[in-house]
Amino acid sequence: MDLRLLFAIWCGKLTVRLSRAMGGGGSTVPGRVALAIDPLVIRKLAYQCRRGAILVTGTNGKTTTSKMVSDILRRARYRVVHNRSGANLIYGVAAAFVQAANVFGRIRADYALVEVDEGTVRKVVDQLPLKAVLVTNFFRDQLDRFGELDHTVQLVSEGLSRAPYDALIALNADDPLVAGLGPGRPQRILYYGIEDSHYASPISEQSREIKPCQACGATLKYDSFFYAHLGRYRCPSCGQTRPTPTVSVQQVALRGVEGSDMILRTDTGDFKVNITFPGLYNVYNALAAAAVTHGLGIPDHTVATGLAKSAGSFGRMEVIRVDGKRVLLALVKNPAGIDAVIRTVLEDRRARHMVIAINDKFADGTDISWLWDGDFERLSASDHPPESVITSGIRAADMAVRLKYSGYPARRITIKNSLDDALQEGLARIDHGETLYFLPTYTAMLEVREIIRRRGYTRHFWRV
Amino acid sequence: MAGGLAVRIAHLYPDLMNLYGDRGNVIAIYRRCQWHGLAPELLRITLDEKVDFRDFDILFVGGGQDKEQKQICMDFTKVKGAALSDAVEDGVVLLAICGGYQLLGKYYRTGTGEEIPGIGLLDAWTEAGRKRLIGNVVISSDLVRVGSDHTVVGFENHSGKTFLGKGLRPLGRVLLGFGNNGEDGMEGAVYRNCIGTYLHGSLLPKNPALTDYLIGASLRRRYGEAQLKPLDDTIESIAHEAAIHRARQPVGR
Ligand SMILES: [Zn+2]
Repeated sequence: MDLRLLFAIWCGKLTVRLSRAMGGGGSTVPGRVALAIDPLVIRKLAYQCRRGAILVTGTNGKTTTSKMVSDILRRARYRVVHNRSGANLIYGVAAAFVQAANVFGRIRADYALVEVDEGTVRKVVDQLPLKAVLVTNFFRDQLDRFGELDHTVQLVSEGLSRAPYDALIALNADDPLVAGLGPGRPQRILYYGIEDSHYASPISEQSREIKPCQACGATLKYDSFFYAHLGRYRCPSCGQTRPTPTVSVQQVALRGVEGSDMILRTDTGDFKVNITFPGLYNVYNALAAAAVTHGLGIPDHTVATGLAKSAGSFGRMEVIRVDGKRVLLALVKNPAGIDAVIRTVLEDRRARHMVIAINDKFADGTDISWLWDGDFERLSASDHPPESVITSGIRAADMAVRLKYSGYPARRITIKNSLDDALQEGLARIDHGETLYFLPTYTAMLEVREIIRRRGYTRHFWRV
Repeated sequence: MAGGLAVRIAHLYPDLMNLYGDRGNVIAIYRRCQWHGLAPELLRITLDEKVDFRDFDILFVGGGQDKEQKQICMDFTKVKGAALSDAVEDGVVLLAICGGYQLLGKYYRTGTGEEIPGIGLLDAWTEAGRKRLIGNVVISSDLVRVGSDHTVVGFENHSGKTFLGKGLRPLGRVLLGFGNNGEDGMEGAVYRNCIGTYLHGSLLPKNPALTDYLIGASLRRRYGEAQLKPLDDTIESIAHEAAIHRARQPVGR
């Protein structure tokens, strides 16, 4: 009987109850409490998971990808412990295990599914019985917190070096920064990528995305781009090329907000997959989830049905029904993410009105300069730009300026700092059956979720 | 905008120095030129390109990551430095932010005491600091005095501390934030039509008076005069005021 562990779990669980009773969704405090009492709480609980742990990291798509992995594993009748709600710092991980454990300190699960940001990989890698690591992509994200991109890649690389030799490492072949982590490692490396070039563009929208070769530092040459710096690349200097993916998307058809259809290929064959998540970047998320679960031996048909049943997870991109209207909430937190959302909005030719809510609290990143790296020019120069945009949040005016300088008509921009006002005004502008596109940063998303919840349109997010 | 006066803008190293939304500054210059009825032309210039910068009207260089900063440092000192100095002496407008600003000085002294040479266009030098200076900044600058308002707003994020030689004017005095070094209350530097500063955010979009100052200076150099009619800057003014308000509050909350 490990009394320290039990005490940590009890106090953690008590904190969860307290914070819920006080109306917060606070998903890291229980973890802080438990870790303070027993620093080994993650290790002690994770090692009880019968089949081991899967670690998901990268800049964008962690939460959605993890949700998909979890749904596939559950389809395969495995029990999964998963840290959700985007609380993917070490405290969030500890909180998830504490909540999953019973009062006797036991966890009945097959897999621990742990999503962490790049900076946390090293801190958890030794505490998990690792079976697989999945790396999604690397983008610049909240520089004031993580430091520079090279440093971020380095942090993950060091984490991977400490993964057990029999672990699987699934890497995005289309992202040169991720694929560059592969060569020279003793572990089994599985690359995934998109082979269908239908949605590729011959040149990047912005030259800013081109990355240096990870092997020699020369500027990479691209044959085509999927989005940002993801694409088909090669190094003119040392000859490094994009690795041939084992799990790939052979064909894809985007159906706007409805989702996407695709044909996946693994070394066991081709199969059709339909997902309900919109946009090309969710195709990447589904592909990544398919790659790691395939690598763990899940049959293709289970992967397909698991992905088909998966639905939007908290706030990343979800549709909430409000009095016969729909609000599509899409979290935005960095240029690549916002570019992907802009593409999705434009894919829906019926999209007429938008709200963009920018906060600059710690969890959002206090520096909002990244708005200027977002491709709002694509939105404004489209042949069907939105009829109106409401900007909201603490930095509503900055967002309005950004839109104006992207070429969007100033008279169609409304500034409403209050998220409540912005939501009401946005809903008033759309008709029944229409969708309001609502793009909040992290804390703005929490706020707007709370506003919607108070009106009874959705459940508490920790129960989703 | 056929018929308008041409304004040639050069964005240096857009592929390498693009941290912190620096392209917002170029977008701001370009758009406001259009709105003023001018005919802006934007060229991107990268490593190894030898250019006579006197052919341009406005030059911009931003900040980069360490790795890129080193590449640019080489290119600055070996390839472009002299041409840049010539252009600034000739009155060309140059805006340099953060890493770009540091490279215009005499040197950057690293934590280990190593001195990385800059091009010495500005009588200034930078020393590695232990603490990162991060947050919203408000300065007062005579360059943008419009009536009683003379504030410039931005966001800083640097660990290098820059000091100015005796004869060099700062861009402004710090009202809120750290500025060049967090010690002497000065922010940025102005030499002829060259401005170096730590402020991004992006800097120019929220400071339309500064943008117009730069465009005006470039027009005076090439065409001898500049008459910029005031534009409708309602949204920019709201953002400017909001940034001042935000700078008074604690960071991150
Ligand atoms: Zn190479």
